[in-house]
Amino acid sequence: MTTRKRVGLRVRVDPVACDAYGYCAELLPERVTLDEWGYPIVDGAPVDGGLVALATRAAAECPRRAVLLEQVLVSR
Amino acid sequence: MSAMALDANDRLLTVPPRARPTTDLTPDLAGHLATHGALAVPTREDAGWTAAVRRAVSESGLLGRGGAGFPAAVKWDAVRRGGRRPMVVVNAMEGEPASAKDKVLLAHSPHLVLDGADVAAAAVGASDIVICVADDNGRTAASVTAAVAERARAGMAHRRISVERPPGRYVSGEESALVAWLNNRRALPSLRIDKSVPLAVGRRPVLVHNAETLSQVALIARHGPEWFRRLGTPEAPGSTLVTVSGAVRSPGVLEVELGTPVGDIVGRAGLEGALSGLLLGGYGGAWLDPSHLSTPYAPGPLAAAGATMGVGIVVALPVASCGIAETARIVRYMAGESAGQCGPCVFGLPAIADDLEQLAVGRAGADVLERIEVRAAVVDGRGGCRHPDGVFRLARTALAVFADDALAHGRGRPCAGHRAPSVLALPAATTRDRWAS
Amino acid sequence: MLVSHSTTIWYAMRATGIVALVLLTGTVVLGILTAGRARSRSWPAFAQADLHKRVSLLAMAFLALHVLTAVVDTYVHVGWASVLVPFVSPYRPLWTGLGTVGVDLLAAVAISSALRQRMSARTWRAFHWLAYGSWPVAMAHSLGMGTDASRLWMDALAAACTLAVGGALAWRVHDHREASARAARAGATTRAVAVHRADRSAARLSTGDSAPRPGSTRPVSPAPTGAGAPVEHRNASPTRLLEKDRP
Repeated sequence: MTTRKRVGLRVRVDPVACDAYGYCAELLPERVTLDEWGYPIVDGAPVDGGLVALATRAAAECPRRAVLLEQVLVSR
Repeated sequence: MSAMALDANDRLLTVPPRARPTTDLTPDLAGHLATHGALAVPTREDAGWTAAVRRAVSESGLLGRGGAGFPAAVKWDAVRRGGRRPMVVVNAMEGEPASAKDKVLLAHSPHLVLDGADVAAAAVGASDIVICVADDNGRTAASVTAAVAERARAGMAHRRISVERPPGRYVSGEESALVAWLNNRRALPSLRIDKSVPLAVGRRPVLVHNAETLSQVALIARHGPEWFRRLGTPEAPGSTLVTVSGAVRSPGVLEVELGTPVGDIVGRAGLEGALSGLLLGGYGGAWLDPSHLSTPYAPGPLAAAGATMGVGIVVALPVASCGIAETARIVRYMAGESAGQCGPCVFGLPAIADDLEQLAVGRAGADVLERIEVRAAVVDGRGGCRHPDGVFRLARTALAVFADDALAHGRGRPCAGHRAPSVLALPAATTRDRWAS
Repeated sequence: MLVSHSTTIWYAMRATGIVALVLLTGTVVLGILTAGRARSRSWPAFAQADLHKRVSLLAMAFLALHVLTAVVDTYVHVGWASVLVPFVSPYRPLWTGLGTVGVDLLAAVAISSALRQRMSARTWRAFHWLAYGSWPVAMAHSLGMGTDASRLWMDALAAACTLAVGGALAWRVHDHREASARAARAGATTRAVAVHRADRSAARLSTGDSAPRPGSTRPVSPAPTGAGAPVEHRNASPTRLLEKDRP
């Protein structure tokens, strides 16, 4: 029996662009925490439901456009 | 001198095994041709030859010798698909301080590397070859330039060949950093997710190969894949160059059959006394405990031990030295070599270096071991390149291999070895220990 | 007594102008604080950035009303061209023109922000810096027009706005210097400087005590290539090999 896969969203940070503004961690603490120097540690778990809007907002608000949303196959 | 024998199906035939890359050192063209024989590389597109040489390299199982160990033939395919007017870049940067194999190769067998570049260029349809030598490596640059001039005089220069001198920094020899420098004179590495899309200079796809990889290509093109596979193991065929240093009588570059036990390699360089550890792969590599002297030097067995071949270094750490102190020196060096693009690397590596230095002199606080582990794990995978990942691996394996030492240091009882002079090759500024006043 | 239509618009023009100036001042101050990572205990940073955006929209709205009322008003003749083309107004061309310059700059900032996702971060930032130019121009326009300039409350308002922007700038410069010093002490440098470092030549290796103990330089004949026997390179001395020359 094959596992069904569907497309999900995952948060990623471009480490070169990131300048530790920290908005992403404020908007999406379910997926982003900050290390001791203020840089994001991203949980690669997919975002779904209500988190999608927050993740989208986090990507839009980042002053350096360092937050990316990528599509991944999620097995259910 | 044997000429290439041809047959109807396969343009390349195996001939009896000839010289290996460094056995017969042939700095000049005449000696090179006498030792290795001539190699006919087509000057215009030749589909049959290209297919044959690509098959030969693929069947040989040749993996890149620049650190990543990526299959050479797969790279060629990606570049061929990547666009028009490709170019070949010979990576002779060798930014790893403990590695000397490319310098030796280019000082003593430059024509083998240039042959390999010709073969690769013909195979991907490139008309330009760029040889990158670090800007502080005048000796290699002189040797390469002389060899290129010799070939031109002998009428062998069918492609545009140039020598470039990017800055001699640790990360500038990394593939993406090197290509970035060729594009805009800034040697900044980047993370490449999709290796099937080749790097590019402008719109031209680039085939980047380590110098040693190309020397192997030149020999495979002459002698065929079976000849290459005659040495080594079925999973890890061929030979490779290893730079041995540390507690050995004759540190230097050895050519090693893959699968040789690490202890044989170190022994061949003249092991002196007992060891407390072995550093493999590079300064971003892994420490192994001395029991791994019996481990075969090949990707599979080393991976099982938690290490890689990397750029082919083996540093033998004597018991008189302190593994913690040497690791602290390396991490301080690596921190200074950060490209400075990403916060976790820029701030994390110096912090880990601070912790290790405090640990080395026995002045660290109670939770330093845990802090090092946590910080190293935090920087792992969060940079724009693999630089912090290497430091994570180095620190993690150091704390494992030198665990007893680490505990003693952590309790304020450092070993005497931390005051011993370093056995590592490091720039002078780094070895002026920050804890010694 | 009936207030003429023209007088209402005249007053509206002045009022919306002053409100726009105050809102613009607030926008600039918030922008400086946001860019300088000023952290409030009660406000999350993204909300601060959001506030900056919303205040700027409000400022634009009042600016639009101010421009509209100025052009429509019949008391003085400004002309539609002056909305975007500076110094062509028949009425007080210099001071009106400065106002036009302010409108032009802010229009560029607004449009670039609306199209932010379609350009590189660097391009957007370049456009956004025009906002720094718009504030002094707006202040000069307000004072130079002279309609309320001589009134004490207007002077006080102008002084307060100038103090606010000046204070924010002073804070920003001081904080930037401190942050750079902190980063340098940590052994790192700010990103711009660190990028430059990656291009310069490295420290030279020394052949002194830091190098591995020198091996012998005597030639070694190749060993037989049986299985497991590594073949040696002649004249291998890592100190010679690892030594990097001075160029």
